[in-house]
Amino acid sequence: MPDAVTIEKLTKKFGDFTAVDQISLTVGEGEVFGFLGANGAGKTTAIRMLCGLLLPTSGNGTVGGFDIYRDNENIKKSIGYMSQKFSLYGDLTAYENLWFYGSVYQLKKKVLKDRIDELSEELGLHEFLNRLAGNLPLGWRQRLALATSVLHRPKILFLDEPTGGVDPVFRRRFWGMLYDLADKGTTLFVTTHYMDEAEYCHRISIMHHGRIIELGNPSDLIQKYQQPNLEELFVQLISKKSEESADV
Amino acid sequence: MYKIKFIAQKELWHILRDPRSLIIAILMPIVMTLLYGYAINLDIKNIKLAVIDFDKTSASSNLMGRFYNSGYFSEVTDPVSINDPEMILKKGQANAVLIIRQGLGEAIQKLKSMRNLASVSIDNYELGLIVDGSDANMAAAAGSYSSIIISQVIKDNLPLGFEFPGIRISRQVLYNPDLKSSHFFVPGLIAIILMMISALLTSVTIAREKESGTMEQLLTTPITPRQIIIGKTLPYVGLAILDGFLVLGFGGFYFGVPFIGSTLLLFVFGVIYVIAALAIGIFISTIVKTQQLAMMGAMMVTVLPSVMLSGFIFEIKNMPLVLQIITHIVPARYFLLIVRGIMLKGSGIELLWVEAAFLIALAIVLLSVATKLFKLRVS
Amino acid sequence: MNLVQISNLDKSYGQLKAVSNFTLSADQGELLAVAGPDGAGKTTIFRTVCGLLEYDNGTINLAGFDIDKDFDKIKPLLGYMPQNFSLYPDLSVEENLYFYAGLFGMKKNEYQQKRERLYQFSGLGLFAKRRAGKLSGGMKQKLALSCNLIHDPKILILDEPTTGVDPVSRRQLWDILKTLKQDGSTIIVSTPYMDEVALADRAIFVHNGKKLIEGKPNELLSHFNSAIYKIKAVPSSGIMDQLNQIEGITSRRFGSSIHLYTRPQQNMEVYYNRLSQLGISAESISPIKPELEDLFIQLMEQSDA
Ligand SMILES: Nc1ncnc2c1ncn2[C@@H]1O[C@H](COP(=O)(O)OP(=O)(O)OP(=O)(O)O)[C@@H](O)[C@H]1O
Ligand SMILES: [Mg+2]
Repeated sequence: MPDAVTIEKLTKKFGDFTAVDQISLTVGEGEVFGFLGANGAGKTTAIRMLCGLLLPTSGNGTVGGFDIYRDNENIKKSIGYMSQKFSLYGDLTAYENLWFYGSVYQLKKKVLKDRIDELSEELGLHEFLNRLAGNLPLGWRQRLALATSVLHRPKILFLDEPTGGVDPVFRRRFWGMLYDLADKGTTLFVTTHYMDEAEYCHRISIMHHGRIIELGNPSDLIQKYQQPNLEELFVQLISKKSEESADV
Repeated sequence: MYKIKFIAQKELWHILRDPRSLIIAILMPIVMTLLYGYAINLDIKNIKLAVIDFDKTSASSNLMGRFYNSGYFSEVTDPVSINDPEMILKKGQANAVLIIRQGLGEAIQKLKSMRNLASVSIDNYELGLIVDGSDANMAAAAGSYSSIIISQVIKDNLPLGFEFPGIRISRQVLYNPDLKSSHFFVPGLIAIILMMISALLTSVTIAREKESGTMEQLLTTPITPRQIIIGKTLPYVGLAILDGFLVLGFGGFYFGVPFIGSTLLLFVFGVIYVIAALAIGIFISTIVKTQQLAMMGAMMVTVLPSVMLSGFIFEIKNMPLVLQIITHIVPARYFLLIVRGIMLKGSGIELLWVEAAFLIALAIVLLSVATKLFKLRVS
Repeated sequence: MNLVQISNLDKSYGQLKAVSNFTLSADQGELLAVAGPDGAGKTTIFRTVCGLLEYDNGTINLAGFDIDKDFDKIKPLLGYMPQNFSLYPDLSVEENLYFYAGLFGMKKNEYQQKRERLYQFSGLGLFAKRRAGKLSGGMKQKLALSCNLIHDPKILILDEPTTGVDPVSRRQLWDILKTLKQDGSTIIVSTPYMDEVALADRAIFVHNGKKLIEGKPNELLSHFNSAIYKIKAVPSSGIMDQLNQIEGITSRRFGSSIHLYTRPQQNMEVYYNRLSQLGISAESISPIKPELEDLFIQLMEQSDA
């Protein structure tokens, strides 16, 4: 099975601050990968490098088999990206946003229309389609952003805190959808601060100060550290690391 | 191509969704035309002129008549002191004093009897004009109006078919015999408004996408930065050209500015100029990250030079050398000459090719630099 | 002492009734959690209480002052952190804090002390000189919160303050809220995290602008009227589809296991037969204790039905 994402010693420096420090990992095709970490650990920065938005300082990486330095154009054709920050057009309606992004991916009119119908059904967006995206409550915006990023059925989906600010009911529905996507072969690369969501992932990595400090299957890790759940594991790991770095 | 269309369409939605800026973009050229036409009238009329006539011949009273009937000068009613012209200005009785020394009649007589140029032998005859320089515009106008009147007097008195070598009548006057300022500001306004709409609005709209984070989203799609730029700027090209026509229309309709030359030619150059302007707008937006900075940057880099350094208000040849050199990279400088040439003189490409070549070269350089930079910044 | 008293609040946006007949009161030193689905009206309620929105009917009383009459007296006592609180991106972390301290007229040494305490929770001390615009999403959220805590407000209203904040910082933040509360502040906080709701003195669930239930978090669980079972089985989509065809139970994927919800007051045993046909043995099924999140979901589903 080819790997959807491979990263080798990927590094990003802003001035003399190292935001991402030599991280390496691979994500298999169809895998649901949880990219966890403390605030400011460098998750968004790493994802931005993978999506071709930021040039790495050093290291290598491929997405969908394409090199992140040379094959940016091909990468963009195979990925979907849902940013942590709201990044839709607030002065356009939800429908116009969807329509615009669908067109950018060159979906045929008919296909696009069906796809929008389908997604708004699944996400319960129907009644919001004609409202301006900027006026939607936060949780609804997240749904719209998700719909936008999967319109073109990308092979690899990068989701940066997709459920931030979303209510529990929808969070479950959302993960149901993600699993359906994964079942259809989509690779998911997800960051989240909800540890119960992280338990849904096939594998997770935990980042701290630019480094990956742990990587593996959630239940294996829970066992390894003898913790009741991921949340406790995360808190313990990160607190320990923070103390260590404070000592230095 | 296909993708560009959607970017352009989306941009159009943004424009239409925000009626206030659309109204501003359409009203601005109209308001500016009216403003320049009525409020900031550059025509200087009613210059109070006192005449001290030592010649006292029919020629001198004839000359006085010419001045007062020109419409630019008005008579001074108070009695003035003949001995101290300066006092007249000091007291504010007049803005200018014309001193007709003795010998005008004779000089005119000589002109009339001239047979051939070789036999020209007139002693230098000089008229005196003292102008109150505290109002610089008025002073300049008084000077140039006077020289026009005088050269016309000379021309009228030369035997038919004679051209007097020492007298040159400036081109501007030739093609705008009434010296109407509206004929100057309309071409200038076109240059400024095209620049404003294209450079300012495009840099602001690109900065807006950066600010709101949507640029990042766009850049993860298969769209290339170049397509984004072209798509986003297209609607503004349209808007700019619409505005250009609005100024032309208003200028012609309200102020009777003639349009002698080819509309097509003007249109073609308009598009080239707009491309240069857009390039500057894109250039600005690669550097700045916020709409506010984009706005200020565009004002500094495009609008100000187009007003100050294009020859629209200040003549280039009177500027300090450094500024004169800078004017060469101000697209409005060339475009202004082209518009004036086409509108007022009906010039064709054969007369305008120097300006045209400069403008095209400038557009190409600006555009390639701008797209190159834009690509660099996104990675 | 009753510090917050909202009575019969009504607020609509045109046709849309955003809040109807909403009543809430909070004592001094009480920590109140407000939960509800997206668009339930939480933000509208908060904004109205903080005097940012006009309302149609009702009364709002803060620290004994009516907000329509004595808003000026309320202001120094009130801290409100909106959901999309904006920092000054071109100012550094420290400058942002300093600015907010200045707004509330804090003394210099008082400010410095408070700042150090906030740095401890947020870990932002390391980045004091970094511009706010360059912080990560969660760091921004922590800074926003710190700006609102700097003046020790008597009444603190926080709209989803922990969205995007990592689990470690979330705990530290709640520790801070508890300290504030012990010092006598009244805190009203909305959150999508049900484990946070469990930490509050009192929880309120709102939906469609109305209060659904209210009470101490552990007592609220008695409202949950179905049973949850955990099945140790791989949640493939095949098995999920078949489970969902069984009348009377709802099944959800939960990480690497499945959760089954039976209808209110129904016994699981009636399903054993069906389940064994799917290869699920009775031994792999174990009841689990419902949590607030389960209650939340049930409430939403029932009120939508
Ligand atoms: N453009 C930039 N210039 C300087 N520093 C930056 C820049 N972008 C990010 N950083 C810094 O890099 C670090 C990592 O940020 P990043 O956004 O990747 O974190 P994150 O893991 O996504 O955090 P969160 O969970 O809070 O979203 C932070 O310390 C941040 O301040
Ligand atoms: Mg992030």
